[in-house]
Amino acid sequence: MREELFVSGRSNPLIDPHLEIWEWQIPAYLFLGGLAAGILFFAGLFYLRGKEEKFSTAVRVAPVFVPVLLAIGLLFLFLDLKHKLYFWRLYTSFSIESPTSWGAWTLLLIMPLSMIWAALNIESVFPRWDWKFQWAKDIIEFFKKYKTEMAWGLVVLSIILGIYTGILLSAFNARPLWNTSILGPLFLTSGLSTGAAFIVLFSRSKAERHSMGQIDLMLITIEIALIIHMFMGFQASTQVQIEAAKMFLGGQFTATFWVFVFSLGLVIPALLEILEAKGKKVPYYIAPALVLFGGLLFRFIMVHAGQLSRWLY
Amino acid sequence: MRYAMAIDTKKCVGCSDCVVACQTENLVPHGYARDWIVEVTDGTYPQLELEYRSERCNHCDNAPCVRCCPTGASFISEGGIVKVEHDKCIGCGACITACPYDARFVHPEGYVDKCTFCDHRLEQGQDPACVAVCPTKCLYFGDMDDPNSEVSLVVKKRKFKTLIPEAGTEPQLYFLI
Amino acid sequence: MVKSRRDFIKISALGTTGVAVGGKLLFANNNKQTKVVPKGPFKLPSDFSRTPTYCEVCFWKCAGWIYKNDKGEVQKIIGNDDDPNSNGRFCPRGTGGVGMYYDEDRLKTPLIRVTDKYGNQTFEKASWEEALGLISKRLQKVIDVHGSECIALFTHGSGGKYFGNLVKSLGSHNIAAPSYAQCRGPREVGFIATFGDGLSSPEPTDIRDTRCLVLIGSHIGENMHNGQVQEMSEAIDKGATIITVDPRFSTAASKSKFWLPIKPATDMALLLAWMNVIIEEDLYDRKYVEKYTYGFGQLKAHVKSMTPEWAYGITTIKPDVIRATAREMAHASPAVIVHPGRHVTWYGDDTQRLRAVAMLNALLGSWGRRGGFYIPDKAKVPGVPHPPYAKPTRTWRDAMKGKYELADLALANGVCDATIPDASLGCSIKAWIVNGTNLVTTLPETEKTIAAIKSLEFIAVIDTMPMEITGYADVVLPECTYIERYDSLRVTQHREPTITLRMPAVEPKYDSKPAWWMAKQLANKMGKGDYFPFDSIEEELDWQLKEVGSSLEEMQRIGVKNLKRPYDDLYFKDDEDIEFNTNTGKIELYSTSLEEYGFDPMPKYTAHPEPPEGYYRLIYGRAPMHTFSRTANNPNLTDLMHENVVWVNPKVAKEWGFVNNQEIYLQNQDGAIATFPIKIRVTERIRWDSVYMVHGFGHANRKLSRAYGKGASDSELITKVMMDPIMGGTGMRGNFVTFLTSKPVKEEAKS
Repeated sequence: MREELFVSGRSNPLIDPHLEIWEWQIPAYLFLGGLAAGILFFAGLFYLRGKEEKFSTAVRVAPVFVPVLLAIGLLFLFLDLKHKLYFWRLYTSFSIESPTSWGAWTLLLIMPLSMIWAALNIESVFPRWDWKFQWAKDIIEFFKKYKTEMAWGLVVLSIILGIYTGILLSAFNARPLWNTSILGPLFLTSGLSTGAAFIVLFSRSKAERHSMGQIDLMLITIEIALIIHMFMGFQASTQVQIEAAKMFLGGQFTATFWVFVFSLGLVIPALLEILEAKGKKVPYYIAPALVLFGGLLFRFIMVHAGQLSRWLY
Repeated sequence: MRYAMAIDTKKCVGCSDCVVACQTENLVPHGYARDWIVEVTDGTYPQLELEYRSERCNHCDNAPCVRCCPTGASFISEGGIVKVEHDKCIGCGACITACPYDARFVHPEGYVDKCTFCDHRLEQGQDPACVAVCPTKCLYFGDMDDPNSEVSLVVKKRKFKTLIPEAGTEPQLYFLI
Repeated sequence: MVKSRRDFIKISALGTTGVAVGGKLLFANNNKQTKVVPKGPFKLPSDFSRTPTYCEVCFWKCAGWIYKNDKGEVQKIIGNDDDPNSNGRFCPRGTGGVGMYYDEDRLKTPLIRVTDKYGNQTFEKASWEEALGLISKRLQKVIDVHGSECIALFTHGSGGKYFGNLVKSLGSHNIAAPSYAQCRGPREVGFIATFGDGLSSPEPTDIRDTRCLVLIGSHIGENMHNGQVQEMSEAIDKGATIITVDPRFSTAASKSKFWLPIKPATDMALLLAWMNVIIEEDLYDRKYVEKYTYGFGQLKAHVKSMTPEWAYGITTIKPDVIRATAREMAHASPAVIVHPGRHVTWYGDDTQRLRAVAMLNALLGSWGRRGGFYIPDKAKVPGVPHPPYAKPTRTWRDAMKGKYELADLALANGVCDATIPDASLGCSIKAWIVNGTNLVTTLPETEKTIAAIKSLEFIAVIDTMPMEITGYADVVLPECTYIERYDSLRVTQHREPTITLRMPAVEPKYDSKPAWWMAKQLANKMGKGDYFPFDSIEEELDWQLKEVGSSLEEMQRIGVKNLKRPYDDLYFKDDEDIEFNTNTGKIELYSTSLEEYGFDPMPKYTAHPEPPEGYYRLIYGRAPMHTFSRTANNPNLTDLMHENVVWVNPKVAKEWGFVNNQEIYLQNQDGAIATFPIKIRVTERIRWDSVYMVHGFGHANRKLSRAYGKGASDSELITKVMMDPIMGGTGMRGNFVTFLTSKPVKEEAKS
């Protein structure tokens, strides 16, 4: 029998007996960031491809919510800080190797861009919106001229943001569960998928819903493939990653993950989309609602379980 | 200059003097610790082996905590000592998550705190508090760049291991076995 | 004699005058005592940023420096480089000693037991004048009615010297420390019977130069006897062989070339078999044995049949291992130490077992030899001049009815026994002064101790902490910690004679006072002021120090003064003629004095009771971060270890279905149940027939906020005591425990 214990000195709050430095704020923030990235990506993409009319929810309506989503996300991020009064230090330096720094600066760029994009489209959500002041109207007119450039910005920045939400975790090789490069694309795909789901929920156009549903189906398929790939990778890796994967393959997270995240959040929505494509009548909001729920839970589980996974020495 | 520490597990009795000496030297609040003792027993009675390790920040050459710090609060100081500048730290927890040794913690005042190799004592030509107090003299401290320093010599002479070398952190605590 | 039953009062149950504000008691504002101002031109604590002290956390008494921060507050304690006990390196308890000073649960003011009109007993805060007045009045009454011999002092701490002076000036010699009959007494008697000299403290073991260190149930490294831990580490560096005999895989065992996982209670057989091998294989130090010892022939005949094969059946240690270890010792001879250990009161035949240890050392020629036992030296510091003490007509020994005459020091349990009224005795003890020892948990057989306390007419307790014993006191006096006081000089033996000063780093916190001051005030009140001839302790120390060529001023600067050995006599010289302090003038392998008193002149193996089915032998021991209950509430040290756990072998755990950290209750063979539950530690480090726990936990006084209810108390489970017929030691390893998985229902509740 091997017995390993701390004789003394290790009862540091939030660290022992296992890491719990990140509670609900970070997964919630990651979810909102991914969702925002997904929405902005589709907005930029469809605008650039000239499909603004067909995908009017994606291009005009959904992005109006993005500044709010990002603001809430940033608030959560702020709540997570333990030395809050010094948060401005994030913007006195840029650390090229720090995902957190990348995230902070990306948000600093994407936040105003998303606000401008939302402002340009605010009437599609609030038809009677009036900017009241002439200078405001002038500014809106000014930005309308650069919509294409802004759409490019949205696409690029949203991909960075989406990948960042995964890389933030996968950069920590100290936590074996996170230490996989699949996490970046996986979180990006999941973010795009939740973005698509969000658009479907708010879309009143059947055609848009249908197309977005098909896109989501594709994203879900990729996501499922990535998740399976991730666990195969763990199983073929070092002892610590096998141990980490065990939490999901027989361990404490098995039921939650495979029932709620994988089945309810991915497989069932995918089946519903297939049924819908085949012309079966299914309430349109069920699949996207499940995708959003699954995406949120997935991040909570990954952040929590990752902190439980550790090196054995 | 490359500060490092060697810990002789053959002599360490796990008494935890290093822990309490660090706490009183560095005013570490009750309930927190910058260093700690691990006890590992292997085997079946009566074929047993026991190892005590006095552990702390490894002051890694390739420190993931420093790399992931968004504000530059975590930095590598003179002699390779990994330090935290309290006024730059936002308490985001990235460095804590990045450390495979769990050597960092959040000080009750909000910033992240950790072992400093007692650099305030080094400036005065003294050993770190844990090294100076150890009743078994199982801790060796010094400059690895100096081939004649006590720590260089003992690491050359003895078999040693480092913790989680596969994490690629290039740790600077050498456990003599 | 009808007296109100002495109820246990929790210090928290203060009378109405006790004003609690923010959890902290206010200073008694009726304290009329004026501060003692030193007469001489002595420097004050505030004149220093670091002050010398010697540690009070354990009996090793390491010398060190207390460092203060810029605000003049105590920050840390660091060893004094000139101190042979610590070599400038304190152990965790000494380093954490600051916690004793900062502990907010400390006793803060004198307390007096009062009974209200409903018969409820509580403590009321009192001024020093009131408290000391009451003590002197009550002690005087005992003296007047029963005689001065009916006063006893229990002490385990530096202040004991002054209370001892007080008690002796009153005419009693009943002064006992639990460190004797509950701890090292058998060792002293066993070694005195063999070499004519005891070991005392620190033991003169020359570990740093040894080539073979044999530990029998001594767990150096877990007991932080600082100098020995340091020297063992040095010996490891030098490649010395360590042989450890222990049913538990102790820290020392893990550092050993040979670990002998002996069946508990059979050590004597192993010791005899080792002697058999060493004699039969001609491995002993022939020249040494021939020149210095008496009774080798008898010993040879005595152990002839005690072969390793014989011992194997008893100890479960294989014969070839017994032979190999015996040869290893002989190979290192005379630089070999069969360590006498310290807490040796195990099975009642402890004096004989320690005799066997001493004899083994004699055969190996290690006594008085480099790498064996050196000859310690001690500074000669004159005591304070005072009138001669009155010779008492009776002592606690009268209550022993001729037993334990070989005890060279008073037995704490003997004094306790002498307190319980007995018609056959002219007088039993009627008043106790207890200083710095928590008798309730320190003495075995708690019930008996409490019975003794209840038959007392008066008990005063002096302590820094609200330990359980304070609850039984009529008067509680808050002593300031060692960080806040002067004490007598430390004059302990070592390779070089040294003297060491303890001075306060800061003024006493709360309304606490040093022992010296209390004892002197009491002496003054009782007309014994002559015995404390100096006005202040500074004056007294300065006078003493000047007698040995130093001064208080010098000692405040250096802390430790090495007086240098006058002769080069650390070890015996080759062929030196030596007269040992025994009847024969030789090292007695055959003890004539034991024979004279009717005991076995040479040790014999006796089988001791074994645990019944479902029970496990209770083995208790030390953790390096604590000194029994003394440190149980220390914030720095509870940070390192806040509770004890019970070690259980995985086989036993499997049988019982136990998992790590599961809470259970322990019950012993007599049905005694520990008050608090304890967590299981499933570990291979303990034999399957035993369990192990660290002593000093499971405190029942809620006022000890960090210690209350943390872990379990082994003392509560030690109801069977195997008395050592030679010197009255209390053998405590004959108790067996079983596990209760649910909270036991209290029997008392039914009746």
